[in-house]
Amino acid sequence: MKILVCITHVPDTTSKIQFTDNDTKFDKSGVQFIIGPYDDYALARAVELKDALGASLTVLNVGEADTEPTLRKALAIGADDAIRVNAFPTDALFVARQIAAIAKENSYDLILMGRESIDFNGGMVHGMVGELLGMPSISPVMKLDVEGETVKMAREIEGGKEYLEAKLPLIAGCQEPIAEWKIPNMRGIMSARTKPLNVVEAVDSEVATDVTAFKLPPAKGSVKLVDKDNVEELVKLLKNEAKVL
Amino acid sequence: MSILVYIEHAEGSVKKTSLEAVSFGKALADKTSGGEVIALALGSISDEALAIAGTAGASKVMHVADGNLDAGVIQAHADAVAQVYKQVGANTLVLSKSSLGDAVAARLAVKLDAGLVSNVVDLPDTTGGYKVKRSIYTGKAFAETTVNKDHKILAVKKNAVDLLTNGPEATVEKVSLSIADENFAAKITSTDKAEGEILLPEADVVVSGGRGMKGPENWGMIEELAKELGAATGCSKPVSDIGWRPHHEHVGQTGVKVAPTLYLAVGISGAIQHLAGVNSSKYIVVINKDPEAPFFKAADYGIVGDAFEVLPKLIEAVKAIK
Repeated sequence: MKILVCITHVPDTTSKIQFTDNDTKFDKSGVQFIIGPYDDYALARAVELKDALGASLTVLNVGEADTEPTLRKALAIGADDAIRVNAFPTDALFVARQIAAIAKENSYDLILMGRESIDFNGGMVHGMVGELLGMPSISPVMKLDVEGETVKMAREIEGGKEYLEAKLPLIAGCQEPIAEWKIPNMRGIMSARTKPLNVVEAVDSEVATDVTAFKLPPAKGSVKLVDKDNVEELVKLLKNEAKVL
Repeated sequence: MSILVYIEHAEGSVKKTSLEAVSFGKALADKTSGGEVIALALGSISDEALAIAGTAGASKVMHVADGNLDAGVIQAHADAVAQVYKQVGANTLVLSKSSLGDAVAARLAVKLDAGLVSNVVDLPDTTGGYKVKRSIYTGKAFAETTVNKDHKILAVKKNAVDLLTNGPEATVEKVSLSIADENFAAKITSTDKAEGEILLPEADVVVSGGRGMKGPENWGMIEELAKELGAATGCSKPVSDIGWRPHHEHVGQTGVKVAPTLYLAVGISGAIQHLAGVNSSKYIVVINKDPEAPFFKAADYGIVGDAFEVLPKLIEAVKAIK
């Protein structure tokens, strides 16, 4: 069995978001980049499946050379090899076309990724890859077990979950609590240095959508504090000032 | 040309977030001379329940009353929407962001060769090209996105436009489609869903509790306040991690992102990951005994005080204004 996990290279969740070049570029200064938290769940589940089923595990990122430390971290966590598609990920369809091209070449049985990236939050790439490859795409998946050719999953829906079954091959966008995040150990970190990281060029894709400017939300005004012995005042403010009650 | 709005329903009614998407479609049509606004519903639901889409701005509702579509099988829904989209000659598809909507929209972008923008927070600017404002970095910023395709799909965030309620009821037109078996390859075997509750991602008011509530046995107060306010209940990540509350109530960066009119947080310090899930709320109220809690910096109103003292008084005060 062959598993592919697609990961994003995104700012740490505590990062202060700022832009440069007249609000057209993300300001990377002082920002630490990580494996996308949802992708990290997908990777953790994939490592468990690899160990349980004796599968091979490849990680993929569409990005420029500066994403390689993130791919090395995924190798340290337990992937066997890595592929970097050498291109700036312009939009979801572009990334999906790159993943689909690699997947066609290598015929993976299971393609996992996060439910969404935490930079652009689109949550579209898994569905687009599914449509491009003619496979089911299930997201957001919070539980995934492989039994022979059958994959049993739980998918989060508003107010609960639904349980699904499908045959391999398929694509899943993952989220907690599918597995616990794995922290690389020393042996993993050492072996990651020598695991293969192949760089391939991107396939052509049109630009369906592109970001022309960024904007920060307006600064929040200061909080209006109400005394704890005068709770009625809060209700009055919500009713008469905010007009939300 | 027309605008097709994919609407979802639950427990026999069209979801409010879907009605907002209809109103978004109507506002878009008015702004761009975009023609007719057609709502599309899949699966079993009554005509009376669907007619309400007219009040939100649809000129008619198309209904594929196929019981096989009752369960939200992603591929099957995508296939059905694509067929109707082509049938009516639409050039824009609008839908509300949701667990099913997101998954369906992504497949449709490929099927319809369309430019898809998600987390849309405002009507597109069409003065030069087609620019859409969307929320990114989990609500910490916005991106102006230019769509270069003739066909557009807009997945709209809650509260992007005001819900219209004054239109005439729409007529419902039945459509029958043939959906190939391969679209049902993923089978939904069962669902486990809270019935009759106000659902967190769709709620106008949310009351959330954090570790400051000290234990699951104290959630009665959160639930009582929520009931008085007609609110959904939420919680912080540590609370769902230790199992005090179910995972689908976890609000934050890796949980549910809410966009209510009023978000009320009790005993939550306001870690940046929690704020990422609530920063689209119109008003935020924070109750915390620690005056240094970072949540106060993101709040509109606050009370520095012990939850166990403040909540009972707050419940009484809310009852008193009813």
